[in-house]
Formats: sequence, C-alpha cells, structure tokens
Amino acid sequence: MIVELGSLCLVLALGLSVAQMLLSGAGAHRPLLAGAGEGAATGAFLATGLTFAALIYAFVTSDFSVANVAANSHSEKPLLYRVAGAWGSHEGSMVLWCLSLTGFGAAVGWFGRDLPSDLRARTLAVQGALGVLFLAYTVFASNPMARLADIPLEGRSLNPLLQDPALALHPPLLYFGYVGFSVVFSLAVAALIGGRIDAAWARWVRPWTLAAWSFLTVGITLGSFWAYYELGWGGWWFWDPVENASFMPWLIGAALLHSAVVTEKRGALPGWTLFLALAAFSFSMLGAFLVRSGVLTSVHAFAVDPTRGMLLLGILGVTAGSAFALFAWRAPSLAPGGLFAPVSRESAIVLNNIVLTAATLTVLLGTLYPLIREAVDGNTVSVGPPFFNLTFTPVMLLGMAVLPFGPMLAWKRGDALGAAQRLWVAAVLAVGAGLLALALVSPTKALASAGLAVGFWLAFGAAAEIVERIRLFRAPLAEVGRRLIGLPRGAWGSSLAHCGLGLFVLGACFETSWKVEFAEVMAPNASVRLGQYELTFKSASVVDGPNFLAEEAVIQVSRDGRSVCEARPQRRFYPAGGQTTQEVAICVRGLDQVYVTLGERRATPAGQPGWLVRAYFNPWVQLIFLGPLLMALGGGISLSDRRMRFGVARKAGLATA
Amino acid sequence: MSFWPKSRTARRRLTILLAIAPVLALAVGLTLFGLRNNISFFYTPAQAEEAQVAAGRAFQLGGLVEVGSLSRLPDGAMQFRVADRKSAMTVVYSGEVTSLFREGQGVVAEGALRSDGVFVAKRVLAKHDEKYMPREVAKALKEQGEWRGDGARPGYGAPQAGKATGT
Repeated sequence: MIVELGSLCLVLALGLSVAQMLLSGAGAHRPLLAGAGEGAATGAFLATGLTFAALIYAFVTSDFSVANVAANSHSEKPLLYRVAGAWGSHEGSMVLWCLSLTGFGAAVGWFGRDLPSDLRARTLAVQGALGVLFLAYTVFASNPMARLADIPLEGRSLNPLLQDPALALHPPLLYFGYVGFSVVFSLAVAALIGGRIDAAWARWVRPWTLAAWSFLTVGITLGSFWAYYELGWGGWWFWDPVENASFMPWLIGAALLHSAVVTEKRGALPGWTLFLALAAFSFSMLGAFLVRSGVLTSVHAFAVDPTRGMLLLGILGVTAGSAFALFAWRAPSLAPGGLFAPVSRESAIVLNNIVLTAATLTVLLGTLYPLIREAVDGNTVSVGPPFFNLTFTPVMLLGMAVLPFGPMLAWKRGDALGAAQRLWVAAVLAVGAGLLALALVSPTKALASAGLAVGFWLAFGAAAEIVERIRLFRAPLAEVGRRLIGLPRGAWGSSLAHCGLGLFVLGACFETSWKVEFAEVMAPNASVRLGQYELTFKSASVVDGPNFLAEEAVIQVSRDGRSVCEARPQRRFYPAGGQTTQEVAICVRGLDQVYVTLGERRATPAGQPGWLVRAYFNPWVQLIFLGPLLMALGGGISLSDRRMRFGVARKAGLATA
Repeated sequence: MSFWPKSRTARRRLTILLAIAPVLALAVGLTLFGLRNNISFFYTPAQAEEAQVAAGRAFQLGGLVEVGSLSRLPDGAMQFRVADRKSAMTVVYSGEVTSLFREGQGVVAEGALRSDGVFVAKRVLAKHDEKYMPREVAKALKEQGEWRGDGARPGYGAPQAGKATGT
C-alpha cells in the first residue's frame, strides 16, 4: 500500500512540476500566478519526498515484491545499508536526483523573496521544466516502485563493496552538488530570457554555486576516500570515467565561483559568468549520462542500460542545447561589463578561469576520446592516468603558480610589485621547503620536490593573505586584533579554501612519490620490512559478521622495535552475492598511514601455508582527504558571510549597483 | 606600437586573448602529445598478433580464459591463456583476482608483452557488469562471430579457490 502511495506521489510530483513550469512561466508579471507556481514547487518537493520515504520504507521492511528492493537489498543487511540501498541502485538514485532538483526549486521559492519577482518566476519556471524532464524519465523509464509478479524469498543484496558508511553518504552529497548547479542554470536561463544581468543577479548566483560546489567537494572526497580504503588497491584517484564525470562539474563550478565574484563586485564578465553557469549543470547532466549509459567502461558504474542512456542523452541535448542556443542569441545584447587593467584582481580571476576551463577540456577530451576513437576508426582504446598526469597536471600547476598573487591584487588596477613584496616571505619559505625535501627525503626526486614547493607556496600564500589583511607585524597589536575580528568571513573562506588546495597538493605529491609497498606471502610469525616499519604476521582467525564470514589476520606494526599498532585486515565472503571483498586495516601515524590488506591463501616459497599480504606506507596521505574538506569548509564559511545572506542580497546589490 | 588597438574594449579583448592563447596552446599541445603516446589499445589475442605490438608497450588484452589453462607457477603467480576464436596468448599475473574470475569467462588484462611473447598483466579485471562479460570483449567476439547472446553465462569452470569460508 505504502509503495503504491509512493508511486502515486511520484506521478503527482510530475504533475505539480508541469504546473510549476506553466504557472511560473506565465507569472513573470502576474504575482498571483507566480505565487501559485511557488506553491506547486513546494508541492512537487513534498510529493517527491514522500516517494523517497516510501522507497526507504520498502527497503527497510525488505519488501521484495518491489523489483528494485529485490535486486538491491537483503533481509540480513544492517539497517544503515538497507536505508542506503534506497539510493544505491539506478532507480533509487534517480529519485534522489529528482528530490534534490525539486528541493532546490522549492528553496528558490522560499528564500527568493528578495529576487526581482520576474526573475524569480522565470527561474522557477526553468527549474520546473528540468523537474518535468527528470521526473518523467524516472516515472516512465526507471520506475523505482515497479512490482514483481514472482516475489522472491530473498533479495540479491547490494554489492558488498558499496556496504560502507562513506559510500552510504557519498551519493546524497554528490547529488546535492550536481543538482545544486541546476539553480544556477535556471537563474542563468531566466536572466537570458529577461535580457538583464546585473550585480543582484550575480549576488544570487554566488551562494548557490558555493553551496553546490562545497557539497560536490565533500561528495567527491568521500568517494575518493571510499575507493582508497574499500577497493584495497591503495590508490585514491584512478582517472576513471565515472570519477572524471564528477570532477568536470567541480572544475567548472570552481571557475564559476570566481567569475561570479567579478560580475558581482565589478559588473565585468557577465557573459562569461552566464556561460559557466550553463556549463556547470550541463557537465552534471553529462556525468549522469556517462555513469548510467555504460558507453564508457568503468570500474565503478551503475548497471548499464543503453535505452536509458539514450533518454538521458536526449535530456542533456534538449536542455543544454536550448540553453546554449538561447545564450548565443541573447548574450550579445547584454550590457558589456566594466573595464580593468591587465594587472588587477579581475585579470587574475580571468587567468584562473582560463586555467580551470583548459583543465576541464583536457579531462573532457581524455574521458570522451575512447568514444571518439571508436566512432572514427573502430579501435577500442583506453585513456589512463599517464595521459591525465601529462595534460591536466601541468595546466593546473600553471594556475597554482600564480594563484597567491590574485588575492593580493586590488580590483580594477593592481600593483604587481606590491603583491610580490607581500608574497616574498611565502615564496622564500616555499622554495626553502622544496629544497629541504630535495635534500632530506630519500630517494631524491626533483619533480616531486618542486610539487611540494608549489603546495607550500599555496598554503603560505593563503596565510600571507590573512597576515596582510590584519597587518600583522606592521600595526600595533590592538589594531591587529580589531582587524582580525572585523575580517569578513568571505576572506577567511577563500584563504582556507586556497590553503586546503595547497595541503591537497602536498599530500598528493608526497604520497604518490614516496609511498612504499610490498606484496608477499606471509606465514604466521613471519616479518617483512615496509620503509621504517616492520610488519609481523601474528595469527589469523575466522570472524562471523552480520551478513558475511571473514578471515581476519592480526598483523603487528612496529617501528624501531616498538609496537605501533595492530592491524586487523579482513577478507570477507558475502554468501548473498557470492562475492569476496577485502577489508583494509589502516594505522594512522600523524599524517601518514600504514595500509594493510589480507589476500588469498597461498603457500610460501618454503612450502608453509600462508596468506598473501599487501601493505603500503602512504606518507602524508591524510592531507589528500583533509585538504578538500578544508576547501569545502572554506566554501561553507564564505556562505555564512553576512554579505552573502539571501535577505541582504538585493538591498546591497542596489547599493553598489 | 601600431598593432595595439586604440579603443579600450578592443585592447582588453586583445589582452585576454593574449592570456588565453598560451594556456590553450599548452593544453592542446600536451593533449595531442598525450593522446599519441599515453593511450592503451584494447586487443584480443588475434588482434594483438596482427598489430605486432612491441614488447613493453602497454595494452589491454581481452578474451575468454581458456578452460583448463589455469595453473600456478612456483612463485605463486598465476598463468592462464586468454583466447579468442582464432588465437590464444599466455598471460602471467602475480596479483590477486576477484572471486568472479573463472575459466571460460570474459576477462580484460592490463599489461605488456615480455620479450618471449608472454603477456605480463599488472591488473586483471574480471567483473564489469552483471552479465559477466566485459563490453570490449563482447564487441570483439561478436565481430569474430563467437557470441552466445547476452546474458549467457558459461556453465563450466569451478569458482576460484581461496574464498574465505573458514579455516
């Protein structure tokens, strides 16, 4: 009964989205209709929410008469994973996508009181149109509530690799990010229809972009962390098509974040900001298509279905195509932006945008190249990490080299010499740290040491910005304190985010270049050296889990003869799917990690029974995950800035316009 | 400077263009270079022979794991033959395969040829989707005419040893 109710609510949400699109579309100059459109938006959100709740209910109660539940759940699964199973499948994740889409639409209605009424109505109409497309797709092509004629006694269970806390949270955060860009997309289309783009519009674009980008950052980080400790390969980024699909909207979102500041503060680059606003959500939809259609082979993709892929491609073509056509038609008539000198904050942000866009293009080309090649000459090729290391990394390094100058330059006309004077301490420290790494860390690696210097340059540059803003070492302490308290949160946010990027670069360079690994068959009481650590295989036993059986090894990790920690890696067998997984054991040592996995049983060279043990010493690996979290935190702090609150957006916009 | 335009807008356009050009040139140049040298081709054994891949050049080898060909080398590495309809190639792999790796099943191995013509795999992917058939393998075999239809699972081949079912 509840399942049927959920099914009904999904159709209801589709109907309400149609109403939202039509009412808001007609309501640009008729407040009554616009109000009804907002009501429909809230209604669509509530109806989708009920559908989602019904789906979770079906999963929690293990109602295997629902095809989706039977295919992805199992009655013995722990509660968290039964709930998470609701968005672990293709159908369920589409409901989550629609829930975020309608939720963001409703939020525009709730928080948009200060938007010009015609812009708000048009934004809601476009958001409604997006809702119609995706809800129709969900209702007609991937119904999550479809019933089975033959009810199985037991479900086929969720892939055990996906039964993990990080991955339970990863899709919701990722989708809030992906779909958060839909608001920016709708705002851009609405501005193009209205033919007006001003500071108030840019003020509106910024918080939504920040929110979506921060969610996306956390979502991608969680996904990467999951791949790191659950796949058991010791890597954290594989340049897999699915990973790239989430990374491209992130890069464009980061570019948009910066260009929106220019449009808001200086009224410059309006067309470019509009373009990025359209591109961000288009890349989100491209990601949805790539992940679900199976056109690209990936290590972690959904169950693939070419028909669905074609439909999603159709949605992408219609929305992105019409939006960019509208852009080509209307953008030339927009008022040109303000002027700025070649050396200025605006120019620095333009450079940032050029770099991020070029980097996105290299990722896009690398991701789609197998498709292009197959269409052109029929050869099946794969583009792996070497390509991206060669193309993406140098382009980004170029951007990072000039990044710290940006915040030091004034708007309109900056002082390059002055910025250099304020940054020389950071530069000297960064180069010194790089040289120190070159001298002290063995084996000696010049390129990686240079990478470390770039990471330190970003981190110290971000600190230098704060130091400069509060006039530390230059003004009396009382004034420093006053400035510290008065510092806007936006400044803290951008400094934190830039510092987080620096920490990420440090972690990525150090981990990639100086990790130590071994794979060896170990019999009980055997010892193997791993860098400065010694791993001793103590014992192995059988553990009975809630829905799995596991072999667990106890491996003593010691350094200089002293025990550091006890690693307990597991090798799990899930009878429900007949699948074996490895549960990694991680010993955290400051910023470093010792990472141990337990493999299959094998005889040692001496003929004793043993286990294949794989271990990695990953130096500074924690920074790879902490850095992006710091970036997201910076985004959140910027978002809480008084100047960015929705209520003051319009008033302040009028004051500066 | 005569080429420097007089109008401010045109001057700004030119500056932006001058900023974009080198970055774009860098990106395009690197991409073209990268696509020439850093992609790996997918071959079935017959295609690999036809293409005469040089030893040490990385590529992906796909096909069916020949039934009865799986054996263990003294150092614990596994050796098996990957076959298509016309040819077969010996593969050695010292890592671990997932429990879904079976004889008679489709497989994709990433690695390179040794000078003696044996394919040394760095990674073996056995499961791609629930049909247990990697997409590229399915496509290549379809072209050769050997295809049992979607969803046909080989009925032979015992599951891999080493499942954690107890000590």
